[in-house]
Amino acid sequence: MSRWLSASVLSLLCMTAFSGETLSPQRRAQLHDLLVQDCGSCHGLTMHGGLGPALLPASLRDKPRELLIDTVMNGRPDTAMPPWAPLLSRDEAAWMIDQLRKGLTSP
Amino acid sequence: MKALRFHPALLLILSLAIVVNVRADALRGSGDLALVVERASGTVQIVETSGNTSLCRVDGLGDLSHASAVFSRDQRYAFVFGRDGGLSKVDMLTCKLVARTLQAGNSIGGAISQNGRLVAVSNYEPGGVRVFDSATLEPVADIPATWGENQTSKVIGLVDAPGQRFVFSLWDAGETWVADMHDPAHPSITKFTGIGRNPYDGLITPDGRYYIAGLFGEDGLALIDLWNTDAGVKRILPDYGKGEEKLPVYKMPHLEGWAIAGRQAFVPAVGRHEVLVIDMDTWQLAGKIPVHGQPVFVMARPDGRQVWVNFAVPDNDTVQVIDTQTLKLVKTLQPGKGVLHMEFEPRGEQVWVSVRDLDQLQVYDTETFEKLVTLPAQKPSGIFTTARAMRTGL
Repeated sequence: MSRWLSASVLSLLCMTAFSGETLSPQRRAQLHDLLVQDCGSCHGLTMHGGLGPALLPASLRDKPRELLIDTVMNGRPDTAMPPWAPLLSRDEAAWMIDQLRKGLTSP
Repeated sequence: MKALRFHPALLLILSLAIVVNVRADALRGSGDLALVVERASGTVQIVETSGNTSLCRVDGLGDLSHASAVFSRDQRYAFVFGRDGGLSKVDMLTCKLVARTLQAGNSIGGAISQNGRLVAVSNYEPGGVRVFDSATLEPVADIPATWGENQTSKVIGLVDAPGQRFVFSLWDAGETWVADMHDPAHPSITKFTGIGRNPYDGLITPDGRYYIAGLFGEDGLALIDLWNTDAGVKRILPDYGKGEEKLPVYKMPHLEGWAIAGRQAFVPAVGRHEVLVIDMDTWQLAGKIPVHGQPVFVMARPDGRQVWVNFAVPDNDTVQVIDTQTLKLVKTLQPGKGVLHMEFEPRGEQVWVSVRDLDQLQVYDTETFEKLVTLPAQKPSGIFTTARAMRTGL
């Protein structure tokens, strides 16, 4: 039990502390493109919103990080937000959320 | 030897002819021009389709994600609708931005009226339609998309219709509105409610008779006969995906342009790897054509013999061509990652394809499917030929 606990704590730590660290520079560049171009088709290239809501640091600040990652991975039922789990790992989604919370800059 | 001697009047005529000739060289028509949206840099490129070359670039158009354009009937001016609410008027002959207004916070598209005097923009924020004088871009009318209890809806699928009308749909409200603009400052609105959940785009048939809204929130499309508006909304293809699992939709399909061949119309199936075929006599489903991915644009070549299809992420490196007689795929092309749009030349012998991730425009022969020309462009998306100026709904 304690071993399971420490393992899951460890993996949680890894997830939060090292999100994106394991991603190659090429993959990060791809994900950045995906953010701007594909997320941007609904949320706006500058993330000021469109069919989907704005994804600016100010609009994401009060939302729990894990909830945002869940939203990316699972989508939002009854809205146009699709689940990205078929195309992204959780780690990748976490990295993208962190980029958005910092404010998008060029890779 | 007799000296050459000209009558003064002849000299005058000769010199005038030279002047006229020089001016004729500098002049050009605009019927073969096209505007290409370069969405990340806020620029548009003006190209010509006679020799397939780039002419110039205009900058300062703001956030052009999901930008589109309509044209003045003289085919000289383009009205470009940007995501940031910017409405820009571009002189394609002098290559200048001649007017621009930031008319809303967030917008999605627009239309030009039948008489060419009004330009309407559909907005997400504030939800509604705003109408401008096409000569000056001065505001003429404001139509807030209010519904329910003081809610406003995002507006999509705005088109022009005969009878000085604009037709558009309300994403949040599930309504279609027809605005009669005979008195431009006081539009007369006819509302169709309960058309279905989340209309995502609308189109009008080339004759301007039928308006169709595609539904995202449920299967099917909503049809309005603009010759008989009293008949209300007819739901068509209500169960085209019945019993099937819908795939995640990574890019909203578009209904711009009505892909018609004979009495059949071709539309993208939402959340499915299919193009739907509608029999326009009965408005029944006439077939489903399996394709490479989820269709975004389903565009008919002007003669209707072929339909070209591009796809949503992650299949957006591919374009497929359907033969409309056999309803079979005849060609699969791979222009490269990020195929965002296709536009036929006015009579359809060539097609322009924007390939975002390669920063390229590619021009294909639609008979041989040979790639004829590649031109550089910065993250190109929409391509719009001035031939659209003469067509209802485009």
